[in-house]
Amino acid sequence: MSFSDLIVPLIFAGVLIYGVCVKTDVFAEFTEGVKDGLRTVYDVFPSLFCLVITVGVFRASGGAELITSVLSPVLGAVGFPPECGELMLLRPLSGSGSIALFERILTDFGPDSFPGRVASVILGSSETTFYTLSVYFAAVSARKTRYALAAALIGDLTCAAVSAAAVNILL
Amino acid sequence: MMKWVMTVIIALSLVFAVCTGRTAELSSAFLAECGNAVTLAITLTGIIALWSGLMRVAQSSGLTGKLAKLSAPLLSKLFPGLRKDGTVMEYITLNITANILGLGNASTPFGIAAMRGIEREERSSHPEYASDSMITLAVMNTASLQLIPTTAAAMRLAHGSAAPMEILPCVWIASVSALSAALMSAAVFRRMRKRRLP
Repeated sequence: MSFSDLIVPLIFAGVLIYGVCVKTDVFAEFTEGVKDGLRTVYDVFPSLFCLVITVGVFRASGGAELITSVLSPVLGAVGFPPECGELMLLRPLSGSGSIALFERILTDFGPDSFPGRVASVILGSSETTFYTLSVYFAAVSARKTRYALAAALIGDLTCAAVSAAAVNILL
Repeated sequence: MMKWVMTVIIALSLVFAVCTGRTAELSSAFLAECGNAVTLAITLTGIIALWSGLMRVAQSSGLTGKLAKLSAPLLSKLFPGLRKDGTVMEYITLNITANILGLGNASTPFGIAAMRGIEREERSSHPEYASDSMITLAVMNTASLQLIPTTAAAMRLAHGSAAPMEILPCVWIASVSALSAALMSAAVFRRMRKRRLP
């Protein structure tokens, strides 16, 4: 048993008990919330569907491997492990895809190797950017997202660069 | 944005697949991914329903309002366009709290509620353009605020790492740098493009 196993149960019990104490009809409110949730999924599903197909098709094309093999001399020269190049490209696109890649890096090089450590840091310090943006903006009527993607991708690039630098210096 | 993402990536995939000789995989990916998309949506439905229900209870009992008061000083700097005491700030607080605690699947419904709240509160005359507050929130969620990277640590442990948690300081440095870089470049873009907005 660890503390993190208790976070979710504690939150649920805490919110429900507090609600009952201040005389809120917790069951009626909960079911109303579930209804809101269903509407949310209905609204974001079309965008999500298109994104999943786009990302799946890209993964099947072998494009990430191809780009990485072209880039790998450059990556190696700046101190970034070329073995993590594909992970860096796929991380913003696909959550399950990057976990599968991470698994392969851990198996091939070991968790305490240089590529294994950099991959761990990248996976732990970034999110699935395209998924987040498409779901968040699908929920509102904004179709023109202006500078959102550019700013988010600058963040992802920084994350990869700093991950490699931090592992080089600290570990 | 999505029209470009979809068209460019699918067109590039076709070129790549011809180069790598994986056209058969490319073709079957279209059909296989339809199913994956539906599976993902079903999983997501359960998670969103669960947290939306709890969020509603926390809100009507006044719990989220109390939480939002604590975070108001910081959030009003990040979101200068929003009311300090509105429900939107409550949603944003829940979204950030869930992120930090590592409840990634809970942060999504809170974030979506916040996006809708921003739309309602700002009543923009050009709703087809994302507002600055919307972009700040979405971009924050593309960077990781999680304190303990549980997935990465668990997988390192499973692969026999001598110290699965040794990555922690590096993870914090990388995520703080990524978040700052994303928010700072957003501020720069905002200034550059202000004139071109209607």
